This record gives sequence, C-alpha cells and structure tokens, in this order.
Amino acid sequence: MDAPIVLELQGITKRFPGIVADDHVDFDLRRGEVHALLGENGAGKSTLMNILYGLYRADEGEILVNGKRITFASARDAIANGIGMVHQHFMLIPVMTVAENIVLANEPTAAGLLLDYKAAVERVRQLSARFGLAVNPEAKVENISVGQEQRVEILKALYRGADILILDEPTAVLTPQEASELFEIINSLKAEGKSIIFISHKLNEVLEIADRITVLRRGKKVDTVLRQGATEAGLARMMVGREVLLRVDKTPAVPGDVLLEIDDLQVEDDRGLPAVRGVSFEVRAGEILGIAGVEGNGQSELVEAIAGLRKPAGGRIRLAGREAVYGNTRKMFDSGLGYIPEDRQRRGLVLEFTIAENIALHDYRLPPDSKWGWLFPGRLVARARQLIKEFDVRGGGPSTRAAALSGGNQQKLVAAREVARDPKVLVAAQPTRGLDVGAIEFLHRRLVEERDEGRAILLVSLELDEVLSLSDRILVFYEGRIAGRHGAAASEEEIGLEMLGARASEAA
Amino acid sequence: MSEGLAPQKGPLPEESAEAPPATVAARLALFQRAGGILTPLATAIVAFLIGGIVVAATGHNPYVAYWDIIKGAGLNWLAHPWQTNTAATDAYNMSQTLLQTTTLILTGLAVAFAFRCGLFNIGGQGQYFVGLFCANWVGVSFVNMTRPAHVVLGIAVAAAAGAAWAAIAGFLKATVGAHEVITTIMLNWVAYWLGQYLFVQGGPLQAAANKPLDVPISGTVAHSAQLPVFWGDPLLQGLHIGFFIAIACLVVFWVLLNRTTLGYEVKAVGFNPAAAAYGGIGVRKNYIRAMAISGAFAGLAGGLDMLGYLFKFGTSDVQASSIGFLGIAVALLGRNSALGTGLAAFLFGALLYGTTHGLQAGVINPSLAGHLTEMIQGLVVLFVGADVLVLYLWNARRRLRRRRLADEVGEAAA
Repeated sequence: MDAPIVLELQGITKRFPGIVADDHVDFDLRRGEVHALLGENGAGKSTLMNILYGLYRADEGEILVNGKRITFASARDAIANGIGMVHQHFMLIPVMTVAENIVLANEPTAAGLLLDYKAAVERVRQLSARFGLAVNPEAKVENISVGQEQRVEILKALYRGADILILDEPTAVLTPQEASELFEIINSLKAEGKSIIFISHKLNEVLEIADRITVLRRGKKVDTVLRQGATEAGLARMMVGREVLLRVDKTPAVPGDVLLEIDDLQVEDDRGLPAVRGVSFEVRAGEILGIAGVEGNGQSELVEAIAGLRKPAGGRIRLAGREAVYGNTRKMFDSGLGYIPEDRQRRGLVLEFTIAENIALHDYRLPPDSKWGWLFPGRLVARARQLIKEFDVRGGGPSTRAAALSGGNQQKLVAAREVARDPKVLVAAQPTRGLDVGAIEFLHRRLVEERDEGRAILLVSLELDEVLSLSDRILVFYEGRIAGRHGAAASEEEIGLEMLGARASEAA
Repeated sequence: MSEGLAPQKGPLPEESAEAPPATVAARLALFQRAGGILTPLATAIVAFLIGGIVVAATGHNPYVAYWDIIKGAGLNWLAHPWQTNTAATDAYNMSQTLLQTTTLILTGLAVAFAFRCGLFNIGGQGQYFVGLFCANWVGVSFVNMTRPAHVVLGIAVAAAAGAAWAAIAGFLKATVGAHEVITTIMLNWVAYWLGQYLFVQGGPLQAAANKPLDVPISGTVAHSAQLPVFWGDPLLQGLHIGFFIAIACLVVFWVLLNRTTLGYEVKAVGFNPAAAAYGGIGVRKNYIRAMAISGAFAGLAGGLDMLGYLFKFGTSDVQASSIGFLGIAVALLGRNSALGTGLAAFLFGALLYGTTHGLQAGVINPSLAGHLTEMIQGLVVLFVGADVLVLYLWNARRRLRRRRLADEVGEAAA
C-alpha cells in the first residue's frame, strides 16, 4: 500500500500510578485504509485512542497528522485536526431529531441566531447519500434503532470534517445483520478516502474488515500485520501471549430431570410495560439452554423474575420443584438457585466490600459464617482464600476491596460465589460481557464443567457466538416472546433473522 | 489452566472498575473515601484558622482567645490528670467538657449509624427531645421505684422513644419512598412543638408545684432516677456515669457494624441497595431498623442529659437546645467511624464548653464567643460537604495549565 500516511503515533507512553498503560507504542494510518487495533481489555487500546482524541496527554511520544506535529489539549483540538471518534456508548440527545443531533455545536444558522433546520436536514441528507449511511434526518433519536444511532454518530463525526475515524468496539451493540451493514458503510467510507481505526477484541471481525492489524498486549505493541496471511489462532496468540482454545470443547448433553420450569410467564419492565409476554420453557439437569436476543427484548426481566427480584405479572416459575415467590430472593437462592447477574458492579458485587465479604453475600447469616447474628470475619476470609485459589481470582487477597479488581476478576469472583454454593440451577446473564479472551475461556470452560456436574444452566447472552458455542438448546427472544427454538446445531443466519423479528409472527 | 497468562500486577486503567487514580486530586479523593486521618484533621485546622481570622477582625487577639477557650474547656488539666479535685478550675472545666462530650458522642452516633446504611439522619435533635421528654416523665413519675431500677427504666424508655421517633422516618422511606432528610426535619419540628406543649403552663409535664407561679418548667427528676456522679459535686453538675454509657455505645457501634450480620446488612444496603437485594437482604427492613438504632442513640443522649444533670426542662430550654444538630458536624468530622466520632465529640464538647463558659468578656466579646462554636461547626459541615468543590477547582486548575502548556508547544511547533 502506497497511500500517504495521514496519522502517525511515535513512541507514545502513558503511565498511571503503578502501571504503564502504553509503553512506547508506534502506530500509523494510511489514507483510505482500515487499521484495526486489537488487544484484550486493559491492553492499552482505549488509553492510546484517548490520547489521540485529546482526552489524555501522553507522557512521551509524538502525534503527527499529515506529517505535522500536533499537540492536543482537548477533543476540540482533535476534531479541528480532522479526527472523529465514535464511542462505545453513544452520546446523542434522544428527544432531538437526527439532523439536530448531527449539527449540534456547529449549527447552520438563519439570521445569525436561529437554527436553520431546513439547511441542517439538507446537509445531513447530502452526507448520508455520499457515504451510503441511510438515516432519516427528521426522525427523533429515541425512535431509531441502535444500529441507526451508530450511523448518526458516524455522520456527526463526518459532519465535523473528520478524515480519520476512530470506531471504539463498534459491533458490541449490534446484531450480526447490523454489523455486516456497518462493514459495508466502512467500505464506502474507505472508498471516499477516509481512514479508519477499528478497535476491537473480536478476531473474526477484525479479519473481515481490516487492511492492517496492530496487536497490543499489556501496553506494548506486539506487531502490525497485514490481513492477508493472518489467522484467528495467530492473532489470539499475539493478544494473550500463549495458545488459546477458541472453541469450547464439550460432549453432547445428557439431560436429566427438569429443574427449571417457566410456564406462560409475563413480566413487566420498570415503566410497567410488558417485557416478557407469555414465555414457556424448561431447563433440564445437565444441559445449557441459551437465550439469544438483542438487548432489551425481555431477557433481563425474565432473569430477574426467576431470582425473585421482579414480580411476574402472570404465569409460573418452578425451580427444583418449588414455586418461586416474588420478593423472597433469599428463598430462591436457598432452593438451589445460582445467579450470575448481568451487571456485576451494580448488582453482583458490593464494590466497597472486600472479596471475603462479597463471597458471603448469600450465606453471611448462616453457619459457619455467623451464629446467632454474630459474624466471624476470620471464617469469611478462610473461605475466600480457598475460592480465590480455585477460581484463579487475581489482583488481591481476601481483604482486597472488590472495586480494586479488574472486570474479569470481578466476574470470576461472582462466578466463584454462585458456583461454590452448589446450585441446582445456574442462571448466567451475560457472564462474559466486557471480559478478555483469557477470562472468557476460563468462564466458558467452567460453565460446561458445571453442566457436566449435572446442573441446569440458563445462559443469557447478547453475544450470538457465545450462545452458539455453549448451548445445547437455543431460544431466541424477540419483544418478550420466544421467536425461535433450536438445537445445538443452529444456523447463525437463521437466529440472526429471528433476533430482528423477521420470523416472529410464525413462531408465535 | 491459565498458567501462561501474564501475571497481572494490578488493575489496568481501562479494564478496572476503579482505575488507579491518575491525578493528585483523585488520589486525595481515594484517600478520603478510605477514611484518611489527614482530611478531617485539615478540615478542623482550617475551620479553626478561619474562626481565628474572624476573632482578629473584631479587634481581639485570636491567640489569647483560643488559649482562653483551651483553658475554658479544661484542656490544661490534661497536663496534670492526677489532680482530680474539681475544686480546681481546670479539673472542673474538664468534667464539664466531658459532660458535653457524652451527649455529642451519642448524637454523633445517631447520624453516623444511619449514614452507614445510606441514610442522612437530620432528625437527631427531635429524637434527642423525645428521649429527654420521656426520661423526664419517667424520672418525675414512679417515685416509689428503687434507684437502679428507676434509672434503668428511664434510660430504656428514652432510648426506645428516640428509636420509635426515628423509625417513623425509616418507615416512610421504606413504604412510600419519602426522603429521610425531609421527614426527619419535619419530625424535629413536631418534637419541638411537642416540647412547647408539654411544659407550657398547664401542660402535661409542667410541674404542679410551679403552677401558682406560672413557670413553664417541668417537675424535677426524683433522686431515685438520677444517674450517679463519679467526678465532681452532684450539686454542681458533676460528671455522671452516662459518660461510660456513651463510651460503651462507641464500642457497641463498632461491634454492630463489624461483627454482626446486622451490621453486614446495614453496610451492604448503604453501599449498594441493588446488590443487597440480590443477596437476599431486605432493603426496606434495614432502612427502618437502621433509623431506629440511630434514633435510640439520640434518644439515649436525651435520657442521659435529663437523668444525669438537667433533671428538669422548660419551654425556653426547648427553644435553646441545638445539641442534636451538632451531632451532624461530629459525625461528618469523625467520618462516621466509632473512633472518629469519639474524637470529634470531644473536640466539639471542648469548644462548646470552652466558648460558652470559659471566656472572659475582656478577651473576647461574650456574644461572639458563643457563636464561635456555631461558626466552626458550620465551617466543618461546609468543608466536608465542599470536597466535591475542592476537587473540581483542583481539576480546573490542572486543565487550565495543560491548555496553556499545549498552546506554548503548539506555537513553538508552528
């Protein structure tokens, strides 16, 4: 490739107390290419991009844009130099229209003061036509899909004159179909001469879209390779520093008794609107039932109802032969429920508690943790020490606060607590969200082991890959209903369509 | 397993829930959250310095004023603690400082305990009042009881009354979600007017003997209900054994929070109600219970004051009392910990007594002296609450400097 280099990072180093987030990282970007930045969580990708976008200042190193040395003091400077960033979490104002959001902070004005709305709509229309980003400029953001919101974010960057686009984990929130549409958009942006930095920890999509791939590991650049000749296994080895098992090894399930029985369950969301609309299924001992679906289709409400944290509007839940009672979460756990909540920081852990205290979250009131209301901190510590070892929780001892652990280790802590209580039914909601390859591998293998121990496992995940590789049976959720039921050998294509509601009417 | 995985030295910035603090201000914040000793100390010192400036502004010498407060509080007695005879001024002043400390420990704990459950109990004053009123009623009635029983009954009823009073706010929070700050403030006023009603001429607790004189004051607590005095003359407001009860309450507070399942629940709810509910902990139950325990501390404070040295109370006393509010500053300065609350209570106790009784008019204007305590109290609350502001200013200064630096570099490059 002989296109000119538009961006160069030379020897970027960023230190945080006790850690070097980026250690002399070099990176360059050519005109019209997609350069992927690949690495585990904590490898230094986000820090590097935050430096480029002017949010952090590098301790050492240079940034060159079109050969010119630049110092950024804020994101405004980065924008002025033609760099745009689409964050993982979109920053749009829901009640405003697409066009209003895009021109925000740089509005075309009429009579010097008023927003020239017509001109804004027209400019957005031109931009979206030029780059093949189909959006309705006059739609309210609150009414459009997540995939479209992402397009609005990209348009916003383009509107501000970005030639270099940073996409931070852009597929994390998308369905497979939306992801492939995004890749088409990226290709048309390339054709228009835009350069794209694509941040990801997913190997397959990096291999699909990138021209070159730079791998970071623990703050250091491992290598930059061309897509041609790169393999998933090779990239994974570079990311983790050892051989990684990408496929989950498992034998066919040997289902036993029904341990979790859901019968015509209806649950409402926080606003009192129906979220789960009459769902029936069962999970047997020794099998993993996976629930696939786009976020917000009733999965969270289903799981919370099973744990007794949310009141069903109708239907029945039977766990190990016992009827579930709303409001008595403790009884559900005592009847044999293990539950890895989808939000480990908000729900799964008391971050200010130590590891030992967190492990006692369900059992603190039972012997040997306590007797007659008297707590034995020494016994909590002893049990924590044992589980830390068994589940390979790193980054602290029993008296370390949970907040000080990395996301992967926090999740291992939650999993350790739930599995160690020897549950009959294990509900795992998004067990690997935001984790890196090593931690995912560990948790996946552990879930399969727990299945083989004879537990009934309900796996809820937004990652279709995860559902496909772990589940013995799969349910697809769409708008609170089961849009499809599949065996272990389901096609990704079919499930993807059902996730978007394409076949919802048939299945219902 | 994952032997090959590179050992993690510590959480990395982007994967950690709580990144290692990148700035001095963030480190300061972390330190504060960890309950460092430095910030409360700095808070107190700065508050005293500003108080000194005010004294100087009125044309008096702040050094002399503070030295007089120290002497007024009896702190100079600490130089020779073996001389316990309260005929000496310094020993007497110290006994009076400890009398104030007793009350402040308990009203401080009333705020601190609720705080650990994530509740802000502003109602210490009201809870103190109801404890005090009930102790007065018990102490004046039941005159035929023997001494230990009468004392114990008075204390128990006072604590129970405070607990019940505070539990109203906890109940409203748990059932209809009414914010405890609003409800406890309202309950303070209810208790205040209740006091006005009880002691006014013809009121239920106004002493019969006073009636011809038309004095709005209660009857005097019977001798059988009075707490034994262990330091000083009982007739000259000596230090009663309630002091040890308050110290014991500090221990109880620590043990409850750190060695019981009740404390585990309180802290879990205080830190993260959603996670507590997931752990099967009744969040509503804990709101009510934590408020009740808080109220028991404040009610106990009222009971000890009544049975320890006040013995009677009138409508003008109701209007003048504010020791329950001072508990907020005590708990804030003490970082809601047992030891911190004890130390802060002693500091404010010394200040309260040292400024109101120890100062000579020539050194400092008496009306200003009394307000010095309130001022320092206000400054403490302000500073503790102003953490956020201080951190913000700190960051703003850094941003400004960074921008200026960037401009210089940019110009040099151009």
